[in-house]
Formats: sequence, structure tokens, C-alpha cells
Amino acid sequence: MSALLFTAQRLTAFVLALAVAIHLATILYAVHGGLTAGDILARTHGNIAFLMFYGLFVIAVAIHAPIGLRNVLREWTPWRGRSLDLALALFAVALLALGLRAVFAVFTA
Amino acid sequence: MMRASHKQRGFLAALVHRLSGIALAIFLPLHFLALATALNGANALDSFLALTRRPIVEFAEFCLVAALAAHMALGLRVLAVEFFDFHEKTLAALSACIAAVLGIGLLFALNLG
Amino acid sequence: MTAAASNHALLNVDIWRGKEEGQFQAFAIPRRTHQTILDVVSEIQREQDATLSYRFACRVGMCGSCAMVVNGRPRWTCRTRVSDVVGEDGRLRLEPLRNFTVVKDLAVEMTDFFDKWKEARGFFEPGPDPAKDFAVVEPTTPERQAADAGIECIGCGVCYSACDVVAWDKDYLGPAALNRAWTLVNDVRDRDQATRLDAVSGSSGCQACHTHMSCTQFCPKTIAPTYSIAGLKRAVLRRSLRRRP
Repeated sequence: MSALLFTAQRLTAFVLALAVAIHLATILYAVHGGLTAGDILARTHGNIAFLMFYGLFVIAVAIHAPIGLRNVLREWTPWRGRSLDLALALFAVALLALGLRAVFAVFTA
Repeated sequence: MMRASHKQRGFLAALVHRLSGIALAIFLPLHFLALATALNGANALDSFLALTRRPIVEFAEFCLVAALAAHMALGLRVLAVEFFDFHEKTLAALSACIAAVLGIGLLFALNLG
Repeated sequence: MTAAASNHALLNVDIWRGKEEGQFQAFAIPRRTHQTILDVVSEIQREQDATLSYRFACRVGMCGSCAMVVNGRPRWTCRTRVSDVVGEDGRLRLEPLRNFTVVKDLAVEMTDFFDKWKEARGFFEPGPDPAKDFAVVEPTTPERQAADAGIECIGCGVCYSACDVVAWDKDYLGPAALNRAWTLVNDVRDRDQATRLDAVSGSSGCQACHTHMSCTQFCPKTIAPTYSIAGLKRAVLRRSLRRRP
């Protein structure tokens, strides 16, 4: 991959290492006590810290995942070039849109 | 005959890292869609979550959480080599530790769910 | 001159014949003490089939010419004892190095491999105004230690054969070329680091390495191209951060 894509992917990897650690801890905590929608939403509703954290998480993932997939597709399939880059850019946008929508949903519900 | 390069620790690590990454990339949009059902209110999310209480789904969830933990641990291995000049023996210990801690924690937690 | 055959035991050897298309041919030769794979191939070629093609030169682990894949792993045949690698079934399987074009049988075309050294700027650049006298480079400096860790490469191709990324991407420069570039990045006398760092970066450059580490595992000179390539990744990143306005 290009130096720029590499840098973006490694940088978001550092961000995600932290975010995933926190997210996993949160999941464990939630699962431990049983998981109802009411419980989740009570904690996330109007919670600015939650919004910022998961917003950043979504942005990082939307950059990190498509770059990784690009490597896999280029190395394991014959697909490469502009069409691949375009498809993955669209996937990135989709992840960003769906992710921010989910964060917003849980913040405002 | 399997080529020797495919029997190496590093190759196995990279393969698990890659496969877990693919699984997570496929799962993530679904995860976002599921959470967004909350837009229709808590009841909508609840009724969706009720679907997830079946054993096969819980097993899939466990696999996904394991995939996330594995992908992170192995990603940390790569970052350690690339940015912190870690060398092999330290790496093996590092990956093993992270994976063990996460694995144990996850197993424990999910059993209590 | 030849070591006595031990107990008239036979060694069964399957050897690749042909080019990319071809097949394995089975041979059997007496098992001898301290036999190396090079001994095996030489005996077969001289006594049984003069049409078998293979390479060797020094016979003593200095030149790297005899590299080939032995039971699935790339090795120097002159430094590989039969007793160390023969399978439980008493069979040996000899193939040409992977990721190279096969010329014939066990001999491969090395041109692309060395072209990639050039592409990676794996050569010293004295600059437009070469120094008039010897440079003083302390061996204990970090740069020289980094260079020395990779400087012993003799271009045998074992790492290139083992590399999965080379197998997946024909344009990938590969561990040997990148390792050589790293030794030069650490050469304080060199005058064209900018061009070199550009050359080793990009879709076929150092960033394509996924840290499988087969190169490091199999290098007969115990060089670790993985760590050299990691060094290149850091060097390229540092330079790109400095250039940012």
C-alpha cells in the first residue's frame, strides 16, 4: 500500500488499540450484569463522553478496516486498481455513515 | 506437502490476524444496523436483542468477541515490531500474554452472561 | 574418497524436472554418512542422470549458489545434512526455489531478484562530490550496528523464496532487496537517502511486509530482514512527517 495508507492504518491502529480495550471492558461489564436495551440506553442517552468516544471509534474504524481489506483483496484476489480503491472508499463511507447513525441512535434514544 | 513458510509462527499469526479482520469487517455494518434499531425506541432494540438470546447466536457473538481480541493482540504484535523494534522472543511472550489475558477475561465474562 | 555406504540403505529422492510445467522424477542412491543434499544431487547427476540441471560453486557455505527447496523449505544444499532433513519415510523432495522463474530442473532465473535490488536503490551513492579520503565510521555507532546486522547478505535468494508476499505480489521488492536498502539507509557516507526512501516505499515497498518472518527464520546468515524492513517503515514515516508543511 502507499505510504499514506500505511500511515493512516497504523495511526488508527494505535487509536483502536485503546478504544477496543475500553470497548471490550465495557462489553464485559455489560454482559456480566445482563443486557437489556433499557440498561444500555439509560447509560448512553445524552452522554457526551459516550458520543465523543464512540464517534472517534467509528471514524477510526472507517479508516482502518477498508485499508486492511484492500491489502487482502489485492493479495488474495486478482482485483486491483481504481475500481478496487473506489469500492473500498464506498465501504469506508458506508461504515462511517452507519456507524455514526448507530452512535446517534443510541445517544438520542 | 505444506511449504515450510506456512508452518511458521509468524505466518499463523498473520493468517489469524487477517481472517479475524475480515470477519470483523463483515460483522461491523451488521452491528451498526442492529444498534440503530434503537432509533425506533428502546423496545425495537429490545426485541432485536431477544433474537440474540439463542445459543447459536451467543456462540457467534463469542466468536466475534474472540476475533476482536485476537485481531487486537496480533495487531499489537505487528505494531511492536514496526514501531518499537521488538524482536521475536519478546514478541511471542507479548502476544501470548495479551491473548491469554483477553481470552481468560472473555471466557469468564461470557459465562456469566 | 566417497564415504562408505552405510548398511546399503537407500535414500529415495524426488527431484523436480522441467520448468514451471514438469514433474518429479524418482531416484534412489546409497545413504552415506555425513551426506549433504549437495552430495546427493551431485551423485545423482554424475552417476545416474547427466541431464539433471542444478547450481553450486563453493560447496562450503560462502556463495549461496546452491539454494533450493528441500522438503518444503529453502536451504543451502551444501550446508544441509541429509540426516537433518530426511523425512520419516526416508524420502527427500528437491525443488527449485519458489518465486523465481525456473530455467531448468533445480536452476532458477535470478535476474528479477537482482533487478529488484536496483529498484530498491540497493547500491551505494557517493553523490556528485565524492569524499577525497576515507570516512571515519565508528563500528559502535547505532547506524553502523544497524547496517552490520544486515550487511552479510550474499544474495542467495532463500528469503525471497520463503516470502509469502512475494508469492502474492510479483512486484513486491522482497526481503533481500529491502534489507540491502536498509544497510545503505544506515550508511552515513551515502548521499542519496531521499531517492532510496522513495524507492522502498509504496505499493511494492516496505509497507507491504506483513511480518510473517519466514525470511528471518530461514536466512542461512541469520540476518533478520523483517527488522530491517521495520526500520525502513519507520524511516519512511519519519521523513514524511518532516516534509509535511
